[in-house]
Amino acid sequence: MDFINLIGRVFLNFLQSMGRFAIFGAKSVYNCFTPPFYFRSIAAQMVEIGFYSLPVVALTTLFAGLVIALQSYAGFTKFSAEGAVAMVVELSVTRELAPVMAGLMVAGRIGAAMAAELGTMRVTEQIDALYTLSTNPFKYLIAPRIWGAVLMMPILVFIGDIIGIYGGYLVCVYKLGFNPSTYISNTWEYLQYMDIVSGMVKAAVFGLIIALMGCYNGYYSKGGAQGVGAAATNAVVTASILILITNYMLTELFFMK
Amino acid sequence: MATPKVEMKHIYKSFGSKKVLEDFSLTVNKGESLVIIGGSGTGKSVTIKSILGLLKPDKGSIKVDGKEIVGMSSKELEEVNSRSGMLFQGAALFDSLNVWRNVAFGLIQGKKLKPKEAREIAIEKLKDVGLSSDVAELFPDELSGGMKKRVGLARAIAGNPELIFFDEPTTGLDPIMSDVINDLIKRCVDDLGATAITITHDMASARKIASKVAMLYQGKIIWHGDVKDIDNSGNPYVEQFISGKAEGPIQMEVRK
Repeated sequence: MDFINLIGRVFLNFLQSMGRFAIFGAKSVYNCFTPPFYFRSIAAQMVEIGFYSLPVVALTTLFAGLVIALQSYAGFTKFSAEGAVAMVVELSVTRELAPVMAGLMVAGRIGAAMAAELGTMRVTEQIDALYTLSTNPFKYLIAPRIWGAVLMMPILVFIGDIIGIYGGYLVCVYKLGFNPSTYISNTWEYLQYMDIVSGMVKAAVFGLIIALMGCYNGYYSKGGAQGVGAAATNAVVTASILILITNYMLTELFFMK
Repeated sequence: MATPKVEMKHIYKSFGSKKVLEDFSLTVNKGESLVIIGGSGTGKSVTIKSILGLLKPDKGSIKVDGKEIVGMSSKELEEVNSRSGMLFQGAALFDSLNVWRNVAFGLIQGKKLKPKEAREIAIEKLKDVGLSSDVAELFPDELSGGMKKRVGLARAIAGNPELIFFDEPTTGLDPIMSDVINDLIKRCVDDLGATAITITHDMASARKIASKVAMLYQGKIIWHGDVKDIDNSGNPYVEQFISGKAEGPIQMEVRK
């Protein structure tokens, strides 16, 4: 009987937190579009999320481009189809690798920071203090973070696209001895707007996921230092899992018609 | 009779299976300084947070200036809260903002004052709590506990509120600093002519700031009266609490 009790309790808890998250998400998005807007905070978040994430995103997409060029060469050389390497690099970087890599890196960097910051504000009553000073925390704290992440992620991914494709070029030209101009013209030939745009749309969705998970876990954190630590961990883990799941769904939506 | 400033009727609030407030009723008249005393975990903070709308009671009615605030929209609540201020237990200063921006926060965000005007008022309020203008540019992590409390007090009174809440204003301070804070609270409340609600378990503080005292025990107000009557309340719970004895009707759950 205890076992059935336990299942019931876990299931109810799950439903309760899903409901709470749904309300939180709706409230957050609603407050993104209603005044007052804190433009200064939005700008600060854009710098934090966009500019300071640039090094990690650049590094991860560069190495993703390098390794995908090596592996696809190893495969295609068996069919003497080396010319397809440029296409594979371009497709995989713009459609999948750049958005997912950037999403996961930013989730680790920014999602954790958001959860820790909001969590600390929660446990030290700073969020309650905002309410008593007639300031809605959803507008003052959460909306700027969502705007920052949703606006900057596509730009990060666009830069990641360029760096990733350039990584493929570096391997093919300097290590595998491809002709540089043929490689570039192969890349251009297969490159479509949809590749870049789909990656950037994915990035915006991932930005929303990262900001929502970071803010949600921070906003509802409790129990002092330990609670804040748990909130940061949960924010990163849930955001990462959701990014991978939504990435699959968006790929199916964009490319499998 | 005039409308009471705050009127709470038959409030019930529980967290999970833990009942915190049970059939809690309390009236605070305009200009009163009410101190709510009671042991740790008896629901003192929950009371204050309910009046501010930070927590929603499960059942019951709370009226501020005769207006029902339970079930009010967040916009209306913002309007009601713009006429109140609160000093938090840990001061709850925003650590990303310097001292004067903390004090002026409600003026700039809530009342839409220009930063320059707001800064002048903030410096004035800092002076009221005995802090010089040198402190204005410091950040909260550069302040001592007593200074943080004073900045928190300056922030709470910056908007000239009609209703002020103090959450354990003297907890964690040395006896002398506690007395300084008590004096400041008394003076600020008198100057503003505001209604004050304080929660504390520090009896010295309660005697100093209160005009009325209410004792909270097991989710209910068990005694409510003038501060001058507290020593002959005739209530064994109150007597035990103010004398601070372990023996008496209030039994702490301590395993022997």
